[in-house]
Amino acid sequence: MSTAMLPFLDDLTLRLGDQVESTLSQNKHEVYLTLRDADIRPAISILRREQQARVAAVFAEDRRSAEGCFLNHYVLEFPGNPCYLILTTRIDPDRPMFPSLSAEMPSLNWQEREIQDWFGIQLEGHPNPRRVALHDNWPSVHPLRKDFPIDCVLPPFEGERHVYRPALGEGVFQIPVGPVHAGIIEPGHFSFAVAGEPILYLQLRMFYTHKGTEKLFEGAPIDRAVFLAESISGDSSFSHGTAFCQAVERAAAIEIPPVAARMRTILLELERVYNHVADIGAIATDVGFVIANAHGSRLREMMFKLNEQLTGNRLLRGMVRIGGVRRTWGDSQIAVLTQTLQEFEGEFQRLVDLILASDSTRDRLQRTGVLHPAKARDLGIVGVAGRASGVDLDVRRDHPYAGYAPYDMQTTVYQEGDVCHRVHVRIDQVRASLRLLLDAVRHEFRGEPFIPVRKIAPGRCALGAVEGWRGEILHWIRIGEDGCLERCKIKDPSLNNWPALVEAVQGNIIPDFPVINKSFNLSYSGTDR
Amino acid sequence: MFKILNQTFKTGTVTTGYPVSKADIPDSFRGRPHFDFGNWRDALPATAVCPTGAISVFDRADRRIVVVDYGLCVFCGLCAEATPEKAIQITKDFELAVEDRQELILSAEYSLSRDGSQQSLISFKHGPRPAEPAVERAGRKLKEGISKLLGRSLAIREVDAGSCNGCELEIVALNNPIYDIERFGIHFVASPRHADMLLVTGPVTRNMELALLKTYRATPEPRLVVAVGACGISGGIFGKNYASLGGVDQVVPVDVYIPGCPPRPQALLQGILVAIGKMAKALPFA
Repeated sequence: MSTAMLPFLDDLTLRLGDQVESTLSQNKHEVYLTLRDADIRPAISILRREQQARVAAVFAEDRRSAEGCFLNHYVLEFPGNPCYLILTTRIDPDRPMFPSLSAEMPSLNWQEREIQDWFGIQLEGHPNPRRVALHDNWPSVHPLRKDFPIDCVLPPFEGERHVYRPALGEGVFQIPVGPVHAGIIEPGHFSFAVAGEPILYLQLRMFYTHKGTEKLFEGAPIDRAVFLAESISGDSSFSHGTAFCQAVERAAAIEIPPVAARMRTILLELERVYNHVADIGAIATDVGFVIANAHGSRLREMMFKLNEQLTGNRLLRGMVRIGGVRRTWGDSQIAVLTQTLQEFEGEFQRLVDLILASDSTRDRLQRTGVLHPAKARDLGIVGVAGRASGVDLDVRRDHPYAGYAPYDMQTTVYQEGDVCHRVHVRIDQVRASLRLLLDAVRHEFRGEPFIPVRKIAPGRCALGAVEGWRGEILHWIRIGEDGCLERCKIKDPSLNNWPALVEAVQGNIIPDFPVINKSFNLSYSGTDR
Repeated sequence: MFKILNQTFKTGTVTTGYPVSKADIPDSFRGRPHFDFGNWRDALPATAVCPTGAISVFDRADRRIVVVDYGLCVFCGLCAEATPEKAIQITKDFELAVEDRQELILSAEYSLSRDGSQQSLISFKHGPRPAEPAVERAGRKLKEGISKLLGRSLAIREVDAGSCNGCELEIVALNNPIYDIERFGIHFVASPRHADMLLVTGPVTRNMELALLKTYRATPEPRLVVAVGACGISGGIFGKNYASLGGVDQVVPVDVYIPGCPPRPQALLQGILVAIGKMAKALPFA
């Protein structure tokens, strides 16, 4: 089965020889290849060189009680192939170390350091092996180890939270911002080094909103965990909820009913639209074109009202469930959906015309906050920010799920990488979403909204992938005993994209920081979990 | 310029009349679950499905105590679906803000049948009182109240102490042309030093505890603290753990609690009104 989906795998197994312990494939979406040796580098380097593999995520798992070791999982995807490959290596608990790939692949920088923080598995050869998730003043604990109790009461903080690189030189100043920001946004700390107005460099300190989410998943009953998934990032509630449900459904080897797949597709696109439209207005505001925000936020409100009529919640919460969706829609709801979409289409066009007709707005957005395509590729940037900088990734097209398969999800990709093109990507995406939505609403919405899930065998693993409005969302799960979860790994696209902000602001003036930041609009809670 | 004006006139006035007039809430909205304690035959199915533990059951011999906490509720509606005899019904009520955390907690005592399946009500304790008449009055007098009490304006500093960003979306929506909170002289300010009120979302993470405390201390007295959403009230679905301290009142004193996941903009507005009312009571000279 595995060779049919990934034809190069036989050859790889042959070349890796006795390093390969096993290959396993339980569904058509993913193949597992377990390696004996902890050194993952040869396998990854062959796959990157010969198959253009992209490492989408890396994370660890504490399997000491079940298998006597830690496991490291590397999620790989290949251009034009919907099947993921998950490379797994065993790590000896008596010598907890693993080789770093970050020097070659800066995109793994934070993810590898997270493994070091959460599990206490030492990195070898990482260019900057400092803590990333746990702040410097946390005691030496490793919260995702199974022997760390979730309700552990930690001693009060002592010492520095984080030591920043000092800003040196005549006329060079440091500007600390946050964690409590001036606007109504999430907390994080930015330390700017500036020479006059231009920004020399920016240092980020995230994980202020870390609330133990991945640990909370462990031991949570699967049905309830859906609500936890919806609370990972408020503006991506439905995407995260769906990614989690998909992972469970794949572990259970079930297909959701067609009506549920169609409804999920519609709701995922509605989430994309309500976020993009408000962002477009907010970006214009950050360069002084305030009226655009009044219209943008009015249009978001229009979507929130629609969300509420379709799901009972303005953020689309409480609708997705394991096996499908909670309920189907009546004729009156479909009518409201169709009418709102038609009205929205015209309104959105007028908003875009308004912004694009403003020369001063365009002037401020063009060539501001440039992220070069080469940098975007190296840093593993995904989603909106990636598409504005030449990175052509879209989970809807590359790994079709829900009801996306019949639709052509070719989205435009730009090479310029400035704020202006991140706005253009959003405009294109809203238009594409509206096209899809107006087609999808013409279909039938009758039938069972979900199918019940029978007991899932403990130990089953699966990956759920969704193109959230920011980009690639991954949920990887392992089922535990009694219908509970053993492990859930969450990768929000923001985790990939924060380093892009650091690159994009360099050399720009500090008054442009808000608009550059808004053009990425990353989630703190999704990053920090 | 012509385009901008044309678009403005074409759009017209979109601002809602709430709280002076009634809020326009669609029927599908899931608001406060109403518990008909007298007809509730078995609380266990609802307890089993509740994702946050907002409904809990304590059995001792032939007695059962059922506790319902609106401060933990995420308004998912699963309890109503799991309870056959319509003892739980999802209403459209959203005006749930209270000054006293205890007002969000209902409890009922039952005697149990021999096999433990049937329960019959002995007594129950009320939770939040319907706030409507008071709020409508407050709505009409809002401008007057703010003008008298706070010199024509109420300045709010929003603090995200660890939320998922859901509450922030709704707080931002208060500034959109539909809810337009500035028409009441209420505005959001960039510094706690300019603020009369802290609007805090949670759960308060271990990493945000100090930042919240410093923000609180930087706010001049008399100050109000409003805890927003299930997580801000109680820690919500995250509860207390190694990284989360739970609700806002674990770190700073809270004046008003606004339930919701997230609370809709009208609910936030109602909570802010309740807080202003509390300040008016505390300052007899005003």
